[in-house]
Amino acid sequence: MKRIVTATVNNRAGVLNRITGLFTKRQFNIESITVGHSEVPGISRMTFVVQVDDDNKIEQLIKQLNKQIDVLKVNDITSQSYVARELVLIKVLANAQTRSEINGILDPFRASVIDVSKESLVVQVTGESEKVEALIDLLSPYGIKELARTGLTAFTRGTKQKAVTDIKHYTLIK
Amino acid sequence: MNAKLTAEKNEPVKKIMNGADMLIQALREENVELIFGYPGGAVLPIYDKLYDSGMRHILTRHEQGSIHAAEGYARVSGKPGVVIATSGPGATNIVTGLTDAMMDSLPLIVITGQVASGVIGSDAFQEADVMGITMPITKHSYQVQDVRELPQMMKEAFHIATTGRPGPVLIDIPKDIAGAEGMFDYSQELQLPGYQPTVKPNHMQIRKVLDAIAEAKKPVILAGAGVLHAHGHEELRTFAATQNLPLAHTLLGLGAFPADHELFLGMCGMHGTYAANMAIYEADLLINIGARFDDRVTGNLKHFAPNAKVAHIDIDPAEIGKNVPTQIPVVGDAKEALQILNQTTNAVGDFTEWHERLNGWKTEYPLAYLEDGDELKPQKLIELIHQTTNGEAIVTTDVGQHQMWAAQYYKLNSPNRWVTSGGLGTMGFGFPAAIGAQLAEPQSTVVAVTGDGGFQMTLQELSVLQELNLPVKVVILNNKSLGMVRQWQQLFYEERYSHSKIPVQPDFVKLAEAYSIRGWKTETEEETRKALEEALAHPGPALIDVRVAQEENVYPMVATGKGIHEMVGIKP
Repeated sequence: MKRIVTATVNNRAGVLNRITGLFTKRQFNIESITVGHSEVPGISRMTFVVQVDDDNKIEQLIKQLNKQIDVLKVNDITSQSYVARELVLIKVLANAQTRSEINGILDPFRASVIDVSKESLVVQVTGESEKVEALIDLLSPYGIKELARTGLTAFTRGTKQKAVTDIKHYTLIK
Repeated sequence: MNAKLTAEKNEPVKKIMNGADMLIQALREENVELIFGYPGGAVLPIYDKLYDSGMRHILTRHEQGSIHAAEGYARVSGKPGVVIATSGPGATNIVTGLTDAMMDSLPLIVITGQVASGVIGSDAFQEADVMGITMPITKHSYQVQDVRELPQMMKEAFHIATTGRPGPVLIDIPKDIAGAEGMFDYSQELQLPGYQPTVKPNHMQIRKVLDAIAEAKKPVILAGAGVLHAHGHEELRTFAATQNLPLAHTLLGLGAFPADHELFLGMCGMHGTYAANMAIYEADLLINIGARFDDRVTGNLKHFAPNAKVAHIDIDPAEIGKNVPTQIPVVGDAKEALQILNQTTNAVGDFTEWHERLNGWKTEYPLAYLEDGDELKPQKLIELIHQTTNGEAIVTTDVGQHQMWAAQYYKLNSPNRWVTSGGLGTMGFGFPAAIGAQLAEPQSTVVAVTGDGGFQMTLQELSVLQELNLPVKVVILNNKSLGMVRQWQQLFYEERYSHSKIPVQPDFVKLAEAYSIRGWKTETEEETRKALEEALAHPGPALIDVRVAQEENVYPMVATGKGIHEMVGIKP
């Protein structure tokens, strides 16, 4: 099953390496990882999508992540109410005849064209993975030349979660 | 020398100094008495400062010797072992020891030199990506990028290595950082929001353990090295005795509970006793204290404690439920948990029938071997060592047959006398570990029980024995083979002894003599007993090369894939 796990981590050299190394060592199957700064300087947020066989595996994954000194907080948000988005860029073949047809497909997806050339279009779409998959399915008959996905980034809805700003900021150099 | 150290310790040091001085000062602040290491280009600034620091440094003859010695020191003293190695090959030579310390939860502070910051990443001379290499085999690691970080990193490193589940912490110091200057201030508080080990266990969970004991008919304790790391051996004895619970040890837990105690079942697992394994197989309650359910303990998980409710006390929450489903998880320090267990009064269960069954197994299937033929049996050798040392020696071993026989036949009654490579199973560990153990306890008798295979992996450290005149007694259980490999080939590979026999060997006695160490070569029981007595009476280092029966096997045994109740060789 697919699980979405978020982690707040110290933004220090090698942290991503530590975490992906842990996934490799413990044989967890990673579908995607996204990393970027959080609202607190020096603290990054990671979102992992992992495939696991059972609940024990995900429990073990979270426990192992928690053991990392630079990991501040880990949360399996799969069964919570969350917002999740990924960004996809699709370069699709398009000529004068098919261009408007493609535009018609893009509209309901709230996707936009960000580059046009004689033979192709570059389409940008954000959303949950299912929506992205659906658009890719619809565009593939036209011929997809290139495709780049960011992987999922996510957090929980509302403010029930303790914000990372509550975690004391940590630096070595005073 | 010591006066100077103490004087400097009392005054809080807060001044501008360079990285190498900071390192030495931090070691002082942490009361480090001993460093094991090997110099090289990238750590020259550190060694230069070490020269007149007054700190004791042991120069081993290989970095692997340094780190195994530090592990032995840590295991026996309970203090972190400190290692310094240079960049590149120096650092890669300690990889085995780091992994070993990680697997067996030993606190180590490992300082590696690194090429200068400016050339990191350029494949400079003696450069290796030590952080990348060691990340999976350390509890945590640091690369110093600014000299001002160094004191705080050292403080954190000692804290992380020695608290929670102990483990090795590595600090990689680029050469230029050792020379750069900054403010040394060790008084800052630690801020490690991502590292908050749970030491105090939850009382409700502890209550559940006691309730489970009240309901149980066939309870058994499985105690591991976590008890020793927590210094909880006395509490363990009280707990088992007051609750009248039988107890089995893991390999690494040996010594935490007295071997001559009537409640002791012996070691469990692949080469455990019949009583210990059957107790776990039949138990309706298994209380694991500080053991990680290694596969050498559990055998086939399908048949491991199939009828038992499992309670697991461990300071590392990731160990609970990792291998064996657990009904009563207790996260916390073993000593703290046992103290609470011992404070709480409850009616002691009547386990008479259970004890009778266990005692029946103990009497009917004790550890035994046949004393046939002219050759000295290796089990007998361990018994001789036990007799001549009154069972009080610190025993160190590598991995393999000699390790299992030592675990089975050297009956330990007190803690921290057993230094063995459990998790990683490292050949070449026992001898350098004995050096560290002897330095930790100069007054104790330290016996390194090694095989002829493992000893040849790190025997260059004989030079350290010679130099320091350390009274370590090396006993080579010499069966002219890689015994455990040979045993497995005999049992599972149709006696095809592929490269497991070592017919040509050095003359170990002459080798010892080359290092000015007294040596004996023995074959019979009488010769061996005499040599052991002489070696123990001898004030300096000694080596005894004991020729034992080559084709002897370690029994009882649980074959791979079998349940621990499916033992073979329970009768000789």
